[in-house]
Amino acid sequence: MSAVAAERIKLMSTRSPWWTSAVAVVIVIGMTAVVVATWDTADGPLPFAVSGYFATFGMVVVMVMAAVAVTSEYRFGTIRTTFQAVPHRTTALLAKAAVVVPLAVVVGLVAGFGAWAVAWLISPAGMSLSTDAEWRVVAGTALVWAVGAVIALAVGILVRQTAGAVTLLLVWVLLVENLIGLIPRVGADIQGWLPFVNATNFLTGGGGDAGGPPSTSAMAFGPWGSLAWFAAIAVVLMGIALAVVNRRDA
Amino acid sequence: MIEVRGLTKRYRTTLAVDDLSFQVRPGVVTGFLGPNGAGKSTTMRMILDLDRPDAGEVRIGGRRYRDIARPMCTVGALLDAKWVHPNRSARRHLQWMAAASGLPATRADEVLELVGLTAVAGKRAGTFSLGMSQRLGIAGALLGDPPVLMFDEPVNGLDPEGIHWIRTLMQGLAAEGRTVFVSSHLLSEMALTATELVVIGRGRLISHGRTSAFVDGASGASVLVRSPAIGDLVPAMQAAGYGVATDPSGGARVTGATTEQIGELAAAAGFVLHELTQVRGSLEEAFMQITGRDVEFTAGGPPVPAGPVGKHRSEVQS
Repeated sequence: MSAVAAERIKLMSTRSPWWTSAVAVVIVIGMTAVVVATWDTADGPLPFAVSGYFATFGMVVVMVMAAVAVTSEYRFGTIRTTFQAVPHRTTALLAKAAVVVPLAVVVGLVAGFGAWAVAWLISPAGMSLSTDAEWRVVAGTALVWAVGAVIALAVGILVRQTAGAVTLLLVWVLLVENLIGLIPRVGADIQGWLPFVNATNFLTGGGGDAGGPPSTSAMAFGPWGSLAWFAAIAVVLMGIALAVVNRRDA
Repeated sequence: MIEVRGLTKRYRTTLAVDDLSFQVRPGVVTGFLGPNGAGKSTTMRMILDLDRPDAGEVRIGGRRYRDIARPMCTVGALLDAKWVHPNRSARRHLQWMAAASGLPATRADEVLELVGLTAVAGKRAGTFSLGMSQRLGIAGALLGDPPVLMFDEPVNGLDPEGIHWIRTLMQGLAAEGRTVFVSSHLLSEMALTATELVVIGRGRLISHGRTSAFVDGASGASVLVRSPAIGDLVPAMQAAGYGVATDPSGGARVTGATTEQIGELAAAAGFVLHELTQVRGSLEEAFMQITGRDVEFTAGGPPVPAGPVGKHRSEVQS
């Protein structure tokens, strides 16, 4: 796949993907290490899912990387060169996804397993990796980040401007989905269907030995259903983005 | 061979390209001339399927751009030298383009050598001067060794050496039998570079033909005649079939006649002449006259009169 090879060279030949990947990993491992190292057992046992609570912040950084992979092409006009080389725009952009998403997976794996390993080194008690819920927290980070990257790519394609796309993603992930829970009576019910609430529910919700409580009191799905719903939203968004990019001028 | 048929592009209320049709044939440099805002870049973007036309179509070697496999090996184009990521090295920039076209990475170094950028291949493209960026863009266009090449205002902002280099390069590419299509808003530049000219204004075709014919018509060989008997001389010249327009000096500006013919006509009729001068307008002046009514953005002031040169439109078009 020549288009994928081109996207791989593009992504790896500027510094920002390296930096953002490193920042995402450091945020998750660093925050987990700080919490584990300073945990006071008087407050109860250390929750296994501690890294899962910071995965969202790392994911936001990975999403910025994914969005910028598209918006920088619009910013510098290279998107036109890209479509000149690969006039089938769906192919060109799916090739970009085929490079960005695996990078998100690798970074997510490093962050998830890295955070777990650091927690285990600092406080081995209760950090063995055995149940489904424990595996979801550690390995699931990669899956959630992959889906988040697809959403960010779609937003990047639709918005085209770095500032706009990044602002939209940050506000959406970090603010809107949390603030909706504050709406009286219906807030929690709405939240149960929101994509990133579901992403968190997949990582740390679902109860069980290691998992925490569901993300909201009114989750629409169990953990794996949440991941499927999250992924379905990403696929729909990408579909819309591809339809739009095929219609408009480059 | 590039065939443009009935191409039309509308941006909200403005008609950027209006039912434009022309052909660009291989083996010669074809200039694409028009004032700023005439729709040259829009047309070139539509040729590459970057902008979607509202009507009409483009065929390159008989195929639509999107149907060409590995299109950079068929059409090489430099539309904007700034279309590079400033933090990517020149070599990496060409390498991803080569990869996207299924070409070996070594091809990047070959074209860098060809445009004389080997020494700065590893430098970030953002540090390049305009001339170097232009060379990098041309390297990108040549990457797939394509039979069709398209350049949008390639000499803009270049120093004389750079202009000469590009001019020689384009003529060399055409001499190899390639189709070379170059846009410019400078007639004097096109007069030196292009064998054929496609002239547009406000998105419409003004003329399409050999550059020499257009330049001869455009430079508007006319004769300035002053005479105390101008009132009688003008009908006599009109009767002889010459084009006559009044001149601000009070004399007449005659087209379609030589100084000899007018002098003999005046002598035969016994008119005294005070002046009989061959006038050659500058190319720019003439170009403005021809495209005057088709310029979208004009500075304040009276509109440019169509003038006698207007009659050459039909001659050049035929």
